[in-house]
Amino acid sequence: MIRIGAFLVGLFLSGWLIVSFGVGAAAFISEPPKETAEHAFHEEPKQLTLASDGPLGQFDRQQLQRGFQVYKEVCSACHSMRLVSFRNFEDLGYTEDEVKAIAANWPTQTPSIDPATGEATTRKALPADAIPSPHANETAARAANNNALPPDLSLITKARHGGAAYIYSLLTGYQEPPPELATRFPDSMPGPGLNYNPYFANLNIAMANPLGGDGIVTYSDGTEATRDQMATDVSAFLVWTAEPTLEKRHQTGWAVIIFLIIATGLAYMSYRSIWAGKKH
Amino acid sequence: MSFSWAKHYEPKSDLSKWIDERLPLPRLVYSAVGAGYPVPRNLNYFWNFGVLAGFALMLQIITGIVLAMHYAPNALIAFDSTEHIMRNVNWGWMLRYAHANGASFFFIVVYIHIFRGLYFSSYKAPREMIWLLGLVIFLLMMATAFMGYVLPWGQMSFWGAKVITGLFGAIPLVGEPIQEWLLGGFAPGNATLNRFFSLHYLLPFVTAGVIILHIWALHIPGSSNPTGVEVKTESDTVPFHPYYTAKDGFGLGVFLILYCLMLFFAPNFLGHADNYIPANPLSTPAHIVPEWYFWPFYAILRAFTFDFLIIPAKLLGVLAMFASILLLFFMPWLDRSPVRSGNYRPLFRVFFFILLADIVLLGYLGGAAAEEPFVMLSQLGSAYYFAHFLIILPIISKIEKPKPLPYSITDAVLGKPGTGMAGGPVLQPAE
Repeated sequence: MIRIGAFLVGLFLSGWLIVSFGVGAAAFISEPPKETAEHAFHEEPKQLTLASDGPLGQFDRQQLQRGFQVYKEVCSACHSMRLVSFRNFEDLGYTEDEVKAIAANWPTQTPSIDPATGEATTRKALPADAIPSPHANETAARAANNNALPPDLSLITKARHGGAAYIYSLLTGYQEPPPELATRFPDSMPGPGLNYNPYFANLNIAMANPLGGDGIVTYSDGTEATRDQMATDVSAFLVWTAEPTLEKRHQTGWAVIIFLIIATGLAYMSYRSIWAGKKH
Repeated sequence: MSFSWAKHYEPKSDLSKWIDERLPLPRLVYSAVGAGYPVPRNLNYFWNFGVLAGFALMLQIITGIVLAMHYAPNALIAFDSTEHIMRNVNWGWMLRYAHANGASFFFIVVYIHIFRGLYFSSYKAPREMIWLLGLVIFLLMMATAFMGYVLPWGQMSFWGAKVITGLFGAIPLVGEPIQEWLLGGFAPGNATLNRFFSLHYLLPFVTAGVIILHIWALHIPGSSNPTGVEVKTESDTVPFHPYYTAKDGFGLGVFLILYCLMLFFAPNFLGHADNYIPANPLSTPAHIVPEWYFWPFYAILRAFTFDFLIIPAKLLGVLAMFASILLLFFMPWLDRSPVRSGNYRPLFRVFFFILLADIVLLGYLGGAAAEEPFVMLSQLGSAYYFAHFLIILPIISKIEKPKPLPYSITDAVLGKPGTGMAGGPVLQPAE
């Protein structure tokens, strides 16, 4: 009884699926789907090697400080970083006093309340504060950026496929659209307020090239600030903001794995000794 | 289960006698997992995975309870509370990654455990109840995992919840009221998040209860074994302790190494980048996919693209997706072969490996975009899946010629050749 019912259900489900497949296959063959502009012109991220890569990865704190400088002087004008607090920068190698200074001198002030009148106002940031957003709210952010919302950068390397390599490729990927784009896919040409960037998913990004040329930032450690260097440094910095505990994770991982290998080895020897001579 | 040669618990010290008279818990442990539980001596490593599954549940409960001390189930601050755990809570990053990857490893272990059951026909009489309870556990796990993934309130959390709760809307007549009742609103929102958190905390303990029944049901007939021949004499068995406590300990070590390699060195490999973006009801992600362990079912769901008479394609997809799990409940009655183990069923073996390849393919397709040629391949893959269980298996279990079974486990272990069906056929379950 059960098998008869199962047979009929199976016949219906498999049968209808084969019919659907047939119809779909016929449609696919008679009218193959057209290639999209994204498929033709989108590029996979370039290779990027950072000190934090791999299971032995550790941050290069000099690089993180340079990257922080790029974020502060270029990106923070439009992009918030609300999950990072100023006190976290001690992790980059700054002293407590340096962190206090960074917080107090931050271009945007922290929203606050006037203690006398209760009015909304702003104050200088303290190390305990999160980095204040450059815009008061989403509406202000969109108004200042042609209705596009600059994403918060705290987690950006974990929130995009390709991670830091994608960010680096995006920042160094601005170029003139190729002539084939205009001929084959004229609708995908960048409109007003958009910029062609083949590393971006739909090829046209609202952000203008933030690293327009070399030397936009003057690094305090004297490193030459080429576009490539700035893009690499800020990508490394953004890996840190997304995962400040990366080094601790790797270190703990090594300790745990080594312990487990020894313990499993002992467990294995114990297992063999218990089963010794017992055919199985 | 009463193997007559099983050792009996004999308390020696005064303290153990005192306890045994008042609460015989040590006696229970002794006869369940101790020296008093005889187990076939020829179990292979596929029999380790039940214990690993129990361990994975325990890991999830412990990490989950500690995470719940810091997590806030409110749509406005859930995402931030998760990042607070990652950045500020001592070892919070480890707890979060342990819990997220723990869910993946729980499913890996349970899938291998289920495939063991399918290959060695662990579902056959007299073990049908263990199998049915196991499927209930699997359904509970899926519900728990789905709700857990919603809790960080990232883009995939929100949109995955939207898609899956939207499926209930496909049920004719009562669908939309049920959907609104489940969601606590018209779309996933704070009400949904709060209740998902409550149920996500509850269901693991319900699962633990069903697992107790699952193990209790197992201890009635005792474990099956790779030959599928039932235990006959004492020489077929070894006491669970120390033989299988030692083997399980080693297996646990291997599991922990693989798990910790992923946790500490590739914690986001099985996840989706979009879930690190806070949920935005106004911005639909390009591709909405659930976590990898749901991908085969997602492929079956999306394979139905045409309405059938009055049944819309969406409803067909939902029914097929549920059918793909529900048909497993009928395995003891679909597979009529008197032989249990796939090792002695050459025709069954061939189709088993085709099924395995098919499910892996469906898994890949479930994570792919809903475009051609992936949809066409899912249609073929899903067609094979249903055909395998509902048409192929009942037929081959009747017509195939099994290899001769060993007379007993002891004979198999000592390498004696098979003597035909002298091993004894499986009792046929009542219809």
